[in-house]
Amino acid sequence: MSQATLQRRPLVKEILTGADDNLLVIGGLGSSNWDITNAGDRPLNMPLWGAMGAPVGMGLGLAIAQPTKRVLVITGDGDMLMSLGSLATVAAQSPDNLAICVLDNEKFGETGNQATHTSPRNNGPTDSGAGTDLALIARGCGIADCGTVTAKGDVAQLVKDLRMKKGPIFRLVKVMVEKLEFVMPPQDGAHLKDRFRQALLGRP
Amino acid sequence: MKDWRDDIFEVFQDHDIKQVYHVPDAGHSRLIEACQKSNSVRTLALTTEEEGIAIAAGAWLGGQRSALLMQSSGVGNTINMVGLTRTLRFPFLTLITMRGDYGEFNSWQYPMGQGTPKVLEAMGMLLYSVDKAEDVKATVDAAARSAFQGGQSVAVLLRQKLIGIKTFGKK
Repeated sequence: MSQATLQRRPLVKEILTGADDNLLVIGGLGSSNWDITNAGDRPLNMPLWGAMGAPVGMGLGLAIAQPTKRVLVITGDGDMLMSLGSLATVAAQSPDNLAICVLDNEKFGETGNQATHTSPRNNGPTDSGAGTDLALIARGCGIADCGTVTAKGDVAQLVKDLRMKKGPIFRLVKVMVEKLEFVMPPQDGAHLKDRFRQALLGRP
Repeated sequence: MKDWRDDIFEVFQDHDIKQVYHVPDAGHSRLIEACQKSNSVRTLALTTEEEGIAIAAGAWLGGQRSALLMQSSGVGNTINMVGLTRTLRFPFLTLITMRGDYGEFNSWQYPMGQGTPKVLEAMGMLLYSVDKAEDVKATVDAAARSAFQGGQSVAVLLRQKLIGIKTFGKK
């Protein structure tokens, strides 16, 4: 059983408080998408409904194309586990405007809360994982500024780091397993892309 | 001496391609080096080809054009992510050096090489194919127009007849 005490919805809301035109947000499929949308749907959010494994790469391409904007990727442990190599690719490019925040509840939420590899070992017959530490992996990939947040008292610093600290930074946040309402943004991918570009570039 | 790989680099310049993604590849190596040496192109080495599609989507969101260089054996790694080019409807260009194609000596290359055009077509990608050096420039230029002006997801197959048959030093 995860010992996490942080709740993802108020946490993401705090991370995105006062988001302005300088903040470009990619949200991974499933819970992270609903989380960023719950904080307030906005054109400069790119919430994914699929494309598992894509958010870190998308954040990287965007960060390189828009070096004066802050790019924030918010995704889950299942999504991150599917694209570990992309952390090495980020490290190789080292964009100073990219922050990656992984909300780790040690579960594949969308498919019924099966354990991911970040779940502890010896955690019962159906909930055991490998105790995989994604922050350690990110560090090992060459992202120098990595950290893990588990306590409410560290959230204010987390928000500050994600919004302003020189990138690339990686933060792993241990969050509770919760049953939450789906808060859905528009689904059409072409529309989401066009509204993002319209807001950022003034053309779709 | 100028060759078709230099022609591709010129097309990239003509179409204002700003990001180029690749995995190590003998067929593309001269082009990759030209991109690495260029000040106007950001060259990104990938750990797996599918990263290139996600990064290309991000680049387009940010207003930059890109191209993914890969081998036919890498195409199989990308298929689910190719769906992203359709779902978001963003212009996407990839150049694929073919293996398991014309006179291939390595049996391990055939399954994905022969499957490459079929799986890309199944994913709705527009395919161009070129097997003569003198046709490379015009073909890649047409493909780039289809992508960046026509809004399509486009692959150019650089056939093994064009690239030459890898022999591991044997004749």
